[in-house]
Amino acid sequence: MKGTMIIDGRKVEFDNEKNVLEVVRKAGIELPTFCYHSELSLYGACRMCIVEDKNGKIFASCSTLPKDGMEIKTHSPRLKKYRRNILELLLANHDRDCTTCEKTGNCTLQELAARFGITKVRFGELVDRLPIDTSSLGIVRNPNKCILCGDCVRMCSEVQGVGALTFAYRGSRMRITTAFDRQIGEVNCIDCGQCRAICPTGAIAIKNENCKFWELIHDENKRVVVQIAPAVRVALGEEFGYEPGEVTIGKIVAALKMLGVDEVYDTAFGADMTVIAEGQEFVERLNTGENLPLFTSCCPGWVKFAENRFPELLDNISSCKSPQQMFGSVIKEYYKEKDKNDGKETVVISIMPCTAKKAEAAREEFVHNGVRDVDLVITTQELALLIKEAGIKFEELEDESFDMPFGLVSGSGVIFGSSGGVAEAVVTSLLEKKPDNISKELMFKDVRGLANTKEATYQVGDRQVKVAVVHGLKNAENLINKIKSGEKEYHIVEVMACPGGCIAGGGQPVPVTGDVRQKRSLGLYRLDRSSQIKSSEQNPLIKSLFEGMLKDNHEILHVHRKEKADIE
Amino acid sequence: MYWNKEEIDDIIEARGNNQSSIISILQDIQEKYRYLPVEILEYVSKKMDLSPAKIFGVATFYENFSLEPKGKYIIKICDGTACHVKKSIPVLEALRKELNLSEKKHTTDDLLFTIETVSCLGACGLAPVITINDEVHGKMTPDKAVDIIKGLKEGTGNGN
Ligand code: SF4
Ligand code: SF4
Ligand code: FES
Repeated sequence: MKGTMIIDGRKVEFDNEKNVLEVVRKAGIELPTFCYHSELSLYGACRMCIVEDKNGKIFASCSTLPKDGMEIKTHSPRLKKYRRNILELLLANHDRDCTTCEKTGNCTLQELAARFGITKVRFGELVDRLPIDTSSLGIVRNPNKCILCGDCVRMCSEVQGVGALTFAYRGSRMRITTAFDRQIGEVNCIDCGQCRAICPTGAIAIKNENCKFWELIHDENKRVVVQIAPAVRVALGEEFGYEPGEVTIGKIVAALKMLGVDEVYDTAFGADMTVIAEGQEFVERLNTGENLPLFTSCCPGWVKFAENRFPELLDNISSCKSPQQMFGSVIKEYYKEKDKNDGKETVVISIMPCTAKKAEAAREEFVHNGVRDVDLVITTQELALLIKEAGIKFEELEDESFDMPFGLVSGSGVIFGSSGGVAEAVVTSLLEKKPDNISKELMFKDVRGLANTKEATYQVGDRQVKVAVVHGLKNAENLINKIKSGEKEYHIVEVMACPGGCIAGGGQPVPVTGDVRQKRSLGLYRLDRSSQIKSSEQNPLIKSLFEGMLKDNHEILHVHRKEKADIE
Repeated sequence: MYWNKEEIDDIIEARGNNQSSIISILQDIQEKYRYLPVEILEYVSKKMDLSPAKIFGVATFYENFSLEPKGKYIIKICDGTACHVKKSIPVLEALRKELNLSEKKHTTDDLLFTIETVSCLGACGLAPVITINDEVHGKMTPDKAVDIIKGLKEGTGNGN
C-alpha cells in the first residue's frame, strides 16, 4: 500500500512499509522498542513504540498498519510520560547491578533509561531473586534481568525451530523458562546463542570463560596455540568502532600476541582440510549412491538439532569433524614431538563467533584420556573484552600476519563463515577447471546471499550435483521435511544454525540486523577474491599434510558419533 | 506412576492432533490422572510435535492445571472477602494442622487430601465455605471442618 502520513507535523510517504513503526523510522525518528524485530512475529507487548493520533488515541506503532492520511505524534507529553512509566516499572523489577553486568554499555534498557532521563527509580529493589542458570556450556540465563519482551522465545521457536524457551505462569509470577523449569543445559537447547544475540538486556549472556584464558596464558608450562575462525575477522572490529564487514585480522593477530599467545593460526586452514575430507567423502557417496544427500557437519548447533529431531539422518551427516575440531587434533598431533622435547604442554584455544562451539569442544568424541582437542573456546565478544581489559589500543595496532605453518589458507576456507560458503568451497574443490573471480561470482551467486533456502546445480565431471543451502534451523526443518516427502532431492545440503551463517553466530557483537549480516558476509567474499589460493586442494600445506601426517590417520579427520540408539 | 500410552493416544485422537486442541487434551488428561504428570506431557509433546516448553507454558498458565499429583479429596477453602471476614483462615489453619500440610505442601503423602485456597466460590451467603470434590460445605468452623476430614479418613464420610 502507498500513501502519505503526517508524522510530528511533517509529511512522510510510505510504500509497502509493514507497520507505522517502520514509516516512523524511515522518517528518521528512532522510536524505542524492545519487542519488535522485523524477522520475528509481532508480539506488541512492550508498549515502548506507542504513538498518539490526532484524536488523542494511543497505540502501538509496531502492530498498526499505516493508512493514507494518518496523522500521528511520536513524542507528545502524554507519550513521554507513559514511556517513562513503563521504563520505571521495568526497572523496578530488574536486577540493577549494571556495574557487573556483561551487557553494560550495550543494553537497550540501560540506553533507554538514559535517553528518557530516568535518574532514579521510585520503587524498591526486587527482593526475591530467581536462581541464575549456568548449566549451559554456551549461555548464562539471569531471569532477574528479564523484561519479558519474549524476543528469545520467538527467536528460539520461530527462527531456530527449537522451542527450548517459553513463557510460563501468569500475572506477576510470569517468567521465561524451559520445559518443567529444568536447567537450560538439560533440555533441547542447541547452544546457538541466538536468544542471547537478540535479548535487549543482560538476561541471557555468553558464558564468559576469560578467566580460563588468563589461566592458560599465565601458565609457564603451557604453549598456547590459538586458532581464529573466519567470521571473527569481519565482526570484532565493530567493538572498536569499525564498520561491520571491515576486515581487522592483522590487528586481531597482533592483539593476541600482545595478550601473550604463543602461536596464532587460522581456522580457515581447518576449513581447507574439511573441504578435502568432505569432498572425498562426497565423491564416495556419489559413486555408491549411499547416504545421500550428504549434510554438512561443521555447525555443532545443527548437529545437535539433528540428533534431537532427526536421528534417522545421522548417517547422512558428514563424518568429517568440524574445522575447529579437525584443526584442534592436527595442532595437538603436530606439537607432540615438540612438547616432548621442551617439556611444555600445547593447549589449543579457539576464537569463535559461536556459543555452540563451546559445547562442541566439550563433547566426549573430542576428548581423549581427559584431554580435549580444543581446550578452550572464546567468542568474538569475549575476545573484545580481553583486549579492552588488557588496555590494548586496538585501532593503533600494527597489522601482524598469522604464524606458519598453519597460517596459509585458501579463499575457500575463509568463506566457510558465511551461509553458502561450505557448499561453494566443496563444489569448487571438485571442479577440474577452477573458475576465475568473475566467473566464480556468477557461478555461485545462487548459493550466496541471505535468502532462506538456496539451491543450485553444478556439473562435476559427468555428474549433475544438486546443492541446497539453508540457514536458520526452522528453514532447515522445513527443507528436511520436503526431502523426506520426496518433494525435493539433493546431493549436498549445507546447514548452518544461525541466520546468515557463522558471521551472525551467537557469540558475535550485537545487534545483528540484516544489513550487518550482509556486510559481514561481503567482507568474507572480498577476502576470497583477493586471496592467491582459490581452492582448498591448491593449498600447498594442505597437500603436504594429507600426504604426510594425515595419510594413514583417518581418526584425526573423522568423528565417530554415538549410535542413534544411544542418543535417545 | 502408571499410565498407558493408548489412553493418551485416544485422548489426542478424540480431540484432534493439532495445536489448537492442546487445552482440551490437557483437561482430559488431568481429569483422568487428577494432575498432569511430566512423563505424559513429554509423550504428548512428541506425539503432537510441539516443544515440551510450549506445553509447559500452557499447563502453567491456567490455574486449573496442576503439575503435581493431587489427593483423592480436593478441599478448596474460600478466602474471598465474605469468607475471610467470617474467619476462613482459622478453618484453613486447622485443616493444615490436621493433615500436616503447609503453605508449601498442599497434598498429603498418602495422596488422600489436597488443600487449595480459592478467591471466591460464589456462595457468600454460606460463608465461610469449603468444597470437597466440588461438594459445598457452608458455615464452617475449624472443628466442623476437622470432623469432616476425620470422617473421610475413616471412610465413613461421603466426600464422594
Ligand atoms: S541457545 Fe539457541 S536453542 Fe538454546 S535457548 Fe537460545 S535460541 Fe534456543
Ligand atoms: S530473556 Fe531477554 S529476550 Fe528473553 S524475554 Fe527476557 S529480556 Fe526479553
Ligand atoms: S515494539 Fe511495539 S509493542 Fe514492543
